[in-house]
Amino acid sequence: MSKFKKKPKADPGVSTASLPDIVFMLLFFFMVTTVLREQDLLVEQRLPQMTQLQKLEKKTLISYLFVGKPKNTSLYGTEPRIQANDVLIGTKDILLWVNQEKDKLSEAERDQITISMKADREVKMGPISDIQFELREADARKLMYASTGKVEN
Amino acid sequence: MPKKKVRVSQEVNAGSMADIAFLLLIFFLVTTTIASDKGILNILPPKQDPDQPPPEIKLNERNIFNILVNANNQLLVEGEYLENTDRLAEDVKIFILNFGAPDEDAMALYNALPQSLKSQANRSPESSDHPMSGGAVVSIKTNRGTSYERYLEVLDQVKKAYFDIYAERVGMTTDQYRTLTGKTAAEKELLDRGKEGIPMAISIAEPDKIGGN
Repeated sequence: MSKFKKKPKADPGVSTASLPDIVFMLLFFFMVTTVLREQDLLVEQRLPQMTQLQKLEKKTLISYLFVGKPKNTSLYGTEPRIQANDVLIGTKDILLWVNQEKDKLSEAERDQITISMKADREVKMGPISDIQFELREADARKLMYASTGKVEN
Repeated sequence: MPKKKVRVSQEVNAGSMADIAFLLLIFFLVTTTIASDKGILNILPPKQDPDQPPPEIKLNERNIFNILVNANNQLLVEGEYLENTDRLAEDVKIFILNFGAPDEDAMALYNALPQSLKSQANRSPESSDHPMSGGAVVSIKTNRGTSYERYLEVLDQVKKAYFDIYAERVGMTTDQYRTLTGKTAAEKELLDRGKEGIPMAISIAEPDKIGGN
């Protein structure tokens, strides 16, 4: 009989001692894979969903342009605007901005600069083609239309 | 008199460690975004010299696959009204792979194609001459009022047609081919073998002024 009595005592419960380790691993994963957002977005961003996406390898060569309806419509109006770094710029300022971005790169990489255009899906082609024209003028011809993947059914 | 408790372990209680780590984890989850550098690549044409008119390129009408998108996001593909872009990739693929009037190089290209692509290649004289440069060109013309999403959708489908062909040439799926980066020599070789002789000839015309802002 004594053998049966001992059994309930032996149940120690699930050990939670390794829980911190698991959580720490998750924590490190997220810390490594994510980057802190460097800038506040001043324009709305709902990227279009596409299927034929390609990934860019060299992240140092990428400069970002955000296009969309301003979030603060009372200050900036409702027409789509361009955001570069932390400010809203006009179409004519793109040339200057591209040259500033090119200056940040080394001499050999300057012509490889890639512009990643993060445009809201509501934007019309008018502003987009104006930007493309300016980029051609600035000789930054590698352009990427940033978009998210679409789940194919 | 209560019995004096006997302390057995002298270790620091690590039970709250999980809570601290969870707090940190939630902080990072909330404040960070996974960088998504994915998108559709496009190479813009070189800058135009205002003194020089754009060079006249003689192309036969049959060598141009016209896609027009108007301000209401309606599609006109080769003079035919299309409701959506579902069939577009397939149509573009048939157009590119047409060998209507191939020259010697194009015949060599045709003979080098794998059997699965050969069976899709037509010899219709009304469609494009051959897929090589000087042959088939896909032209996308939008309006200033066309939505950006619609334009990308069309570009996406045209790219899909090309990637399908490239991938089939090297015997991969389209998704596999697209993820090739060309970093290693083997990957670069695959990339080049897919593209060889069939340049991605997508012409994006300056949009019309009507209906835009």
